[in-house]
Formats: sequence, C-alpha cells, structure tokens
Amino acid sequence: MTRVSVKVDGTNYEDEVEPRLLLIHYLRDRLGLTGTPVGCDTSNCGACTVDLDGESVKSCSVLAVQADGGEVTTVQGLAGEDGEWTGLQRAFHERHALQCGYCTPGMIMAARDLLRDNPTPTSDEVRHALEGNLCRCTGYQNIVRAVLAASGQEVGT
Amino acid sequence: MSDTVEREVGRARPRKEDARLVTGQTNWTDNIAVNGLLHLAILRSPMAHARIDHVNVTPALERPGVVAAFSGADLAEGLGSLPCAWPVTEDIVLPDHPPIATTEVRYAGDPVAVVVARDRYAAADALEAIEVDYTPLPPVLDLEAALAEDTVLVHSDKGTNRCYDWPLKTGEDFESVRQRADVTLKRRYHQQRLIPNAMEPRGVVVTPLAASGEYTLHSSTQIPHILRIMLAVVTGIPEHKLRVIAPDVGGGFGSKLQVYGEEAIALAVARRTGRPVKWTESRSEGYLATHHGRGMIQDIEIAANRDGTLLGLKVDLLVDMGAYLMLVTPGIPILGAFMYPGIYKMGSYELNVTGVFTTRTPTDAYRGAGRPEATYAIERIMDELAAELGLDPVELRRRNWIGHEEFPYTTIAGLTYDSGNYEAATEKALALFDYDKLRAEQADRNHRGDSVRLGLGVSTYTEMCGLAPSRVLRDLRYAAGGWEAATIRMLPTGKVEVVTGTSPHGQGHVTCWSQIAADVLGVPFEDVEVVHGDTQAAPQGMDTYGSRSLVVGGTAVHHAAVKVVEKARKIAAHLLEASEQDLEFTDGVFSVKGSPDARKTIQEVAFETFTSHDLPDGLVPTINAEHLVDPDNFSYPHGTHLCAVEVDTETGQTRIRSYVCVDDVGRVVNPLIVEGQVHGGLAQGIAQALYEEAVYDDQGNLVSGTMADYLVPSAPDLPEFTTDRTETPATSNPLGVKGVGEAGTIASTPAVVNAIVDALRPLGVRDVRMPCTPERVWQAVREASR
Repeated sequence: MTRVSVKVDGTNYEDEVEPRLLLIHYLRDRLGLTGTPVGCDTSNCGACTVDLDGESVKSCSVLAVQADGGEVTTVQGLAGEDGEWTGLQRAFHERHALQCGYCTPGMIMAARDLLRDNPTPTSDEVRHALEGNLCRCTGYQNIVRAVLAASGQEVGT
Repeated sequence: MSDTVEREVGRARPRKEDARLVTGQTNWTDNIAVNGLLHLAILRSPMAHARIDHVNVTPALERPGVVAAFSGADLAEGLGSLPCAWPVTEDIVLPDHPPIATTEVRYAGDPVAVVVARDRYAAADALEAIEVDYTPLPPVLDLEAALAEDTVLVHSDKGTNRCYDWPLKTGEDFESVRQRADVTLKRRYHQQRLIPNAMEPRGVVVTPLAASGEYTLHSSTQIPHILRIMLAVVTGIPEHKLRVIAPDVGGGFGSKLQVYGEEAIALAVARRTGRPVKWTESRSEGYLATHHGRGMIQDIEIAANRDGTLLGLKVDLLVDMGAYLMLVTPGIPILGAFMYPGIYKMGSYELNVTGVFTTRTPTDAYRGAGRPEATYAIERIMDELAAELGLDPVELRRRNWIGHEEFPYTTIAGLTYDSGNYEAATEKALALFDYDKLRAEQADRNHRGDSVRLGLGVSTYTEMCGLAPSRVLRDLRYAAGGWEAATIRMLPTGKVEVVTGTSPHGQGHVTCWSQIAADVLGVPFEDVEVVHGDTQAAPQGMDTYGSRSLVVGGTAVHHAAVKVVEKARKIAAHLLEASEQDLEFTDGVFSVKGSPDARKTIQEVAFETFTSHDLPDGLVPTINAEHLVDPDNFSYPHGTHLCAVEVDTETGQTRIRSYVCVDDVGRVVNPLIVEGQVHGGLAQGIAQALYEEAVYDDQGNLVSGTMADYLVPSAPDLPEFTTDRTETPATSNPLGVKGVGEAGTIASTPAVVNAIVDALRPLGVRDVRMPCTPERVWQAVREASR
C-alpha cells in the first residue's frame, strides 16, 4: 500500500492505495465521485477524462499514486459554489450536445482543456481536439457547435 | 389568453435530462454502492468451440478477498435456459442456452465460471486461478459451409446448423416476371457484423432480501419490464418478488434490448450467497459478451422494363444467428423482410430468410434491426439498375415510387403505408445538395481523368417502426404484445407526474412526454415530471426499442392526459355550478361560456380532488388517469439522403464532402431532439459504410476485440450534416408523429456506398464491400482496371 494525498474538486484526501489502483477507480470506488464514468479498457473513449494539475488526462491511464500531491478537477467540480454552470455546461445543454450523457463528463473536460489552449478554435480544430473522446449518440455535430458557442463564437443552428 | 400561451409540442426545448448529466450527478448501474457488495467477474471461453472436460474453481477461493466461486455446473440448478421470445417459424430449431456453459462452449466469450470478491480487482485476479480443461472442437464460421451435409454442428443434438427458413411470396410469380422483364440484375451484398458500442458498458447489481425472498435488480437495460418477466422465468424467482430498475442508462442501440446471461448469473449468485452482487463488463469483455448486429449475406435480384418500371424483386438471405438464439435474434431479419421493396411499386416479391448457427457471439437487434440491411440492398441495386438503364438514379426512383396522392398505399409486401410525400422530401434534398452542380463537377472530373473522383449517392428510404400492433406480432409469432402504457398523476399541489412504460436511455422522453402532457393539460412544462424505468414505480410497460417510444408511448401519454381533463371537467362543472357542456377548457383553465370570471384551473381542480370536500355525489375522488395504446399500424418515416464522396483512386481514401438529408418523421414534438436523433443515426450508418466490422479469424477469435481495434468514429471521422425536414403527419396516431430513432442509420449506409461506387463506376467498379476502407476501395479500383 502506498499513501497518496490528492486534492479533488477542492477537497483534500489522504488514502492508502494499492500501487496499481487506477485514478478513475480511486475517484469512483474510494472517493465515491461517480460523476466520471469508465467507457473502455484501452484508453480510446475518453469518458473518464479529468483535469490533473491543469492538463486533461484519461484517468484510466493514470495511477492514483501518480496523482499524489496533485490537484484533480472532475465534472463534479466545475459548477460554481452557487451551483452555477460553466459556459461549456450551459452550451452542451442549450445546443443538445448530449443524449445518453455517458461521454459528456469526458467531452466537457477535454473541451475545457482545448479552450484553455485555444480560446477561439475553428470547427475543425474542435473536431481534432476531441478525437480522443468517443460519443455514440450525437454524431458530434452538436458537440462541435456547443464548444464553438462556449468559446463565444457565432454558431448557426 | 390562449394566444399568449406557446404550445409545447413543436418547441425546441433543451432537455430536462441534461442538468444531472452535465454536472456528473448520474446514477449509472456501475455507480451503485450498497453495504456488503460483492464484485462478480466471469471467466470466459478463450475458444470458439470446445467441450468442457473439467472446471476447478477451488484454487480461486484461496485468493485474497474472494468470497465464492462457481462453475457452470455449480450454478445450473435453478437456472433455466435464456429465452428466445421470437421463434419465427413453427419448426425453428431452438437450442438450449444456459446462462453459463456446462458441457460445451460455442463462442469465444461464452461464460464458464464466476468469482465474487470484495473488490473488482480481487475478482478479476482470482479468475486466473480457475482451472478449465477443454477439448477443442472445430469452429463453424462460414454461413454457406455451415449448411452443408456432414459438417461440424454448433448444437450437435439438433442435427443441423440451419435454424429456420422463413419464406414470403406475394404477387405474380417472380419466375414469370423474370422471363418477360427487359432487364434483370442480380447482386450479392455482405452486411458485416457490427458491435453496437453503447458508451456505457453493461452492468448489473442485484440486492437480495434473503428473509423475504425479494430481489432488486438494477441493470443497464432498455427493457426493465420485459426483463423482469423473463428473469422470473429463467431463475424461478416469482415475478412479484423481483423488482427491476433501469437507472441512468448510457445508450443502447438495441444492445440492451436483451435478457443477458450475466443478469441471470448475478441473480443466481446473490441468491446463493445472500449478498448483493455487482457485475460490470469491461469494454473488451463486452465486445465478446454483448450481442452483435447485422451479419448476413444478401442475394438480391431485380426485374424491370427498359423504361425503368420495376416488375419484381427476389431476395435470399443467409443470416448469422451466432451461437445461440437470444431474445429476438431470429426476428431481426424478419423486421427487414417487409422492407426490401422500399418505397417502390412492383408486382412481384419473393423472399427467403435462412437463419444459420455459427460459433460466434450471438447477433440481435442493433439500431435499425433488419431494416438497414433491407434498405441497403434495395437502394444499392436501384443505383445499379439506374446505371444499367442509363438513367439518373433519382429519375429511376421517381418513376417507381408511390405518389403522394396514392396514400394510404398497400405495398407488395403487404404493409399499408399511411402517409408520405417522397416527391417533396426529394425535391427539398436535391435543392439543398445542389445536385445538378455536383453532377456537372463529377462529369468534369471524369472528363479530365482526375485521380480524385466525385461520387453522388442517393438513398430514398422508408422503414417500419413504432413496434407494434399486437395482432401483427402474434401473426409473426412474437411472444408478446406491442402496446404501451401511461398514467398521469395529478398531485395535490397541481404538479404532474407522468408515469411511462417506455425506458429512455438518451432519447429525451422526460422532456418530450412533459411537452405532450403540458399541452393537453395546459400546465407549465416545468410542472411535469416523468417517472420511468422501475417496475415498482412504473409497473406497466413494454419498454424502448424499434423507434416505438413516441408513437406508441407518447400517444399513450396524450390519451391519458385527455382522460384527466375529462375527469377534471366533471369536478370543475360541479365547483362552478355549471353543466359540463357549458365549460370551455383552454390553456389549463375551465371557464363557463359567457361568464369568463367563473373559472378553475386544472391545478386547482387537482387540489379540490385531493381534499374531496366538495365533489359531485358518487364520484370516485381522483382525476388521475391511465391509458394503454395498442397501435393500429406501424409507423413509416421516410426521407431522401444524398451523399457526395471524393474518392482518391490512387490511395483508396474517401472523404464525405457533403451529406444532405431531408427526413419526414411526421409532426415533430421537439426539433432539437429530432435533429439529434438524425445526427446520431447518420453517424452509425456512415460508420457501417466506412469504418466498422467485427472481424473474426479462421479459428473464430474476435480479432477486432478492443476499442483500439474496432473503429468507432470520432469527431474528425465524420462530416458536418445538413439536415432538414418535411412534415407529413402520420394518420395512425392523434399526434401525427412517426418514429425517428433509427431512420438516420437505415438511410445513410447505402447513400455513402452508392456515392463511392458512383465515383468509381467510370473505372469499371460495380461494388465495394463494407466497410469501404481505403484498402478495399483501392483493391476495387485495381481489380476493375485489370
């Protein structure tokens, strides 16, 4: 067992974990933060994407011990203290960028990373930035629209 | 006042569902945690076909954290065969299907033994300690060879790999049509196997209450109601002691329209251990264990006159059932059997479906289920016929489709299409696509001998959905009915609960049913909540599949709401001291004609009903109402899809340059949701055309066995779609709505492949097998040039 100290969505946690424990299972099974789901076992789908120290990572490809001393933000930590949604959350809702919603936490976290690096991406840039996040419901068109809208750009309907 | 209230039906309402989903406040099956929960892991056959000689689970019990382990034989007592609810013919071969194998494994992934442990890692680790001795048997993989005499049998006790033959023959004899036709064309098309890939892997949690023999089963299912009945039969747990809940479910596309072995196994293990049990598949495990879709060889022959008039169609299907018949496995091609004639008039139609057992994962419903296959075959061969006759593919269709003035129209296959306007949808699509301009560019590229060719693909489809009239289901030998139920509960504070028997997993029923109920009741959209997916809270239902939820379930909501208003009218009349005939009901308000100040809202009536202080004598004190709808007919959405593809003849690379579709799904409840359904459908249909295939090697191993090997398209793999609509109301329901969930998938696959073949036709290419990967396209060009 190894001791880890991680700040997740603003709360500090200290735990003993198996060295092999994946960050996603630490979040879900140990901390009960089930807002971030698991969609595959080959790091293809991106459903488990979270923010680790300012970078978006697939939390199925990170060990909990690698997050030691770090700060994790999940989809559950995005809304403001008053519960106010971020621009991306609002845009996903308004643009119908989700159906079953299973990929949505990962999509939002990956799009958030994109907009941090590139505040006004083109639609092609959005598509390429989200290449590692799979959605089976939407055909991506409304996801692209939502990300563009969240970036403050005009988007047709 | 009525002018100021905006109707809900037709409004592009962002969904109520989203609030939880965009903030992570979800309740997926794998999220469920209960005290004492054990994690279940399943050891699966590494071989496609083998005899099980010996299973020893004892070493697994030594592993840390392991609570119990069972072989198939250990669990056999008390576990019946998994059900097939659609034995399509009287003499169909119905093999036994144990949830966990006992004597023989018949596909790579067949369950052999299980472990339950304190956490998911410990359970997975312990699997490797289980000892299994197999005697390998030859796999059965080729559909035609499987039907030969003296071949290896998937189910040796059945004496054959032929599951069933299902013939259909209507109109003039095809042989005589063939003889007098100017032109006949025959083609063979391959519908590759697909893996549905709902983003949420399947999972199940069983919580037993040993003292009373009650069980609560959470499952990532599309069909909690059907599942409850079937699992009661399989496990012997009395139906009234089994509660099934579909919590948040992350997509299905047919793959969760199933009664799975793991659900029965989890119940059996919970019963045996008395402990709550959870199983969640890994994605790679799901590729083996969750049913696949498609998988058939289609031989299709079309007969026509020189002017393009269709005379008849003959279709022979060889369909890969996989190793076992699951819930509706044999019925999938039958859902397509009536659709091969598509939107066209003809006088002769013959079809035969042959189901074949193989040693692969079973097939069953995948988005469209039989209808994408049918639409693909007819729309592909229509393009071939157009080329043969030197006609534009749109013109050939125009000469044969059912005119808008001919509805209702009974097709050669015996279906009565209630409404449609193929002309209008096609004209709109052609204009949006700029068809003539693209044809000119194509001719120019061909003339120049450009290495990048342009192809235009057409698909004018219809489909039968909205499952289904119960009597038709009886005639098709389906074991259940096709009705749907809704209850409306008017709460004392004026809020409304709609209880539905549909079970959404991404479709937006909560939003749409709220819109339907709000309009009829005249209450605010926000005042309506929808209860679903729990056999205790929403006890009656036939669940969600086959684009049925709106046309059957939404219609039930509408009727139940109308009944509430009628009940409330009696009470309002009493309270207003008026006769019922003198009451008007507008925007949720009962008022007396001629005296506008005498009014009661339906929400006030709900409160008066709750107190029951002043109701008419003898009146039952409720305005709640329930309604069940058994549809009179299927639903027939239609549309025209046009695809322009650039094909690099030197590399085989294809690029969809534009995709235009005009769909007619009748009256639209929520345009935002309809557009979303179409987008997602297109993505899956395009994926079949270009990217996806479940590939097996010659030993029956699934080669495309992980998400890294099976190409689920990501955002850069798909184009921007131009979607539009015509609205020809359905006449089969009061809302005028048609199904939309599968239309995009059904229509798009042939549009894409037609475009690729159209691009390469000047080079002599007549077909490219799906998925049309660069390698296959390049090969097709190469072979044609020889």
